[in-house]
Amino acid sequence: MTRLVGFKHEDAGAPPSYSEGYQSTRLRAPSKPLIRTPTTLTEVTGPTDGWEGLMGGAMADLTTQHAGMPQGQRIIVSGRVLDEDGRPAPNTVMEIWQANAAGRYIHIDDSWDAPHDPNFTGAGRVITDAQGRYRYVTIRPGCYPWGNHYNAWRPGHIHLSLMGPSFASRLVTQMYFPDDPLIEIDPIANAVPMPYRQRMVSRFDIETTEPNYGLGYLFDVVLRGREATPFEDDHDKDHH
Amino acid sequence: MVDNQSPEIFGQTPSQTVGPYFHYGLPWKGCADLVGVSEMGARTDLFPAENYKLNVSTAREAVIGDVIEIFGLVTDGAGTPVPDCLIEIWQADAAGIYNTTGDPRWAKSNHDGFPGYGRCATSAEGFYRFRTIMPGRVPSPDGGLQAAHIAISVFGRGMLKRLATRMYFDGGEGNDQDIVLNAVPAERRDTIIARRDEGDSWRMDIVLRGDNETAFFDI
Repeated sequence: MTRLVGFKHEDAGAPPSYSEGYQSTRLRAPSKPLIRTPTTLTEVTGPTDGWEGLMGGAMADLTTQHAGMPQGQRIIVSGRVLDEDGRPAPNTVMEIWQANAAGRYIHIDDSWDAPHDPNFTGAGRVITDAQGRYRYVTIRPGCYPWGNHYNAWRPGHIHLSLMGPSFASRLVTQMYFPDDPLIEIDPIANAVPMPYRQRMVSRFDIETTEPNYGLGYLFDVVLRGREATPFEDDHDKDHH
Repeated sequence: MVDNQSPEIFGQTPSQTVGPYFHYGLPWKGCADLVGVSEMGARTDLFPAENYKLNVSTAREAVIGDVIEIFGLVTDGAGTPVPDCLIEIWQADAAGIYNTTGDPRWAKSNHDGFPGYGRCATSAEGFYRFRTIMPGRVPSPDGGLQAAHIAISVFGRGMLKRLATRMYFDGGEGNDQDIVLNAVPAERRDTIIARRDEGDSWRMDIVLRGDNETAFFDI
């Protein structure tokens, strides 16, 4: 039978499940090492087709979902979804959710007293084009306090969920903003070792910025790449 | 300072927690129902109705196979139920074919309405619950067939990255020979084998940490 080409494992930028500074990991991170399992058809396939039937089509403008414009700084976020070998990931869905400009989520469990915005929900979705490109419009999310430690504040962030080409490539992450002093002291961002933490920090871009409309930020998402082909495996063995 | 666009740190985007507030962003109405039309899987009690912007499942072609329910309690290292987890599943159809053109055996002609993919936000009591079909056996790299199984991802607040595992079925044909199940130490295999509950309902609890911790995979 045809040899399966699997996906590369995590690289040096992956956070551990358990991270001392992020309190909630203490009861929720596995205590035993993960078990390395063989790659099968299950891991190299995934729900790559028929997005619209499941999640629905694109919702690329989070500022036009209600009667009026939301409060806050309107921004345009664009970039590409790639694999770690630089190959674009076309037709992949990226789901988006975030707090409003004041740092408040519409969620019932968010009890901070910053105001809700009747014109903002904070949920969106884009699907990459043939070159792996995406673009959406939203408002810059505010920072908010949380209970991790005394005077803890999350940096402004946008939550992102990507399916990628397979079960193995599934990714949930957060995008941060340049110029945000809270990144340095955030236990969640800093569970990722430097310099890799900076992979999650977007870049302000004047070319993406639109005159009289909104500020532009660039953010590429890089998914796990394919393992070497069987030919390359053999080549490796010959030389080591 | 380097950033997302700096070639010198180019590589896999690091994982971050899904956080506690994903309910209005990820689990659409019906995302845990791979068979019919319902609102299974969503937690619309957690945000105002006017903020529901996600999809709503619509009728699809009838699926072929034995309809089952899979469910379980998610608990943390203190044994406390976890009411803010997101569970995802990926599985083959009754014929053992994945619903993707990435499965070389997939063809429009042999595909029914079965999506193969679902999500479920855990309930206030910490349970996940899906309505699906018993998956068929899919090819194994060793040339045989894998035992029937469902791939599972677990996300949650306090979880910096997705935890991957599988669900097998008690008494499933081929469990003894399955190369993935056999990669799990013998004393931990029971943690990923669902037991028949009532009727066509199968239960597999997920223990994030501690005694009887679920076997999680480095895939």
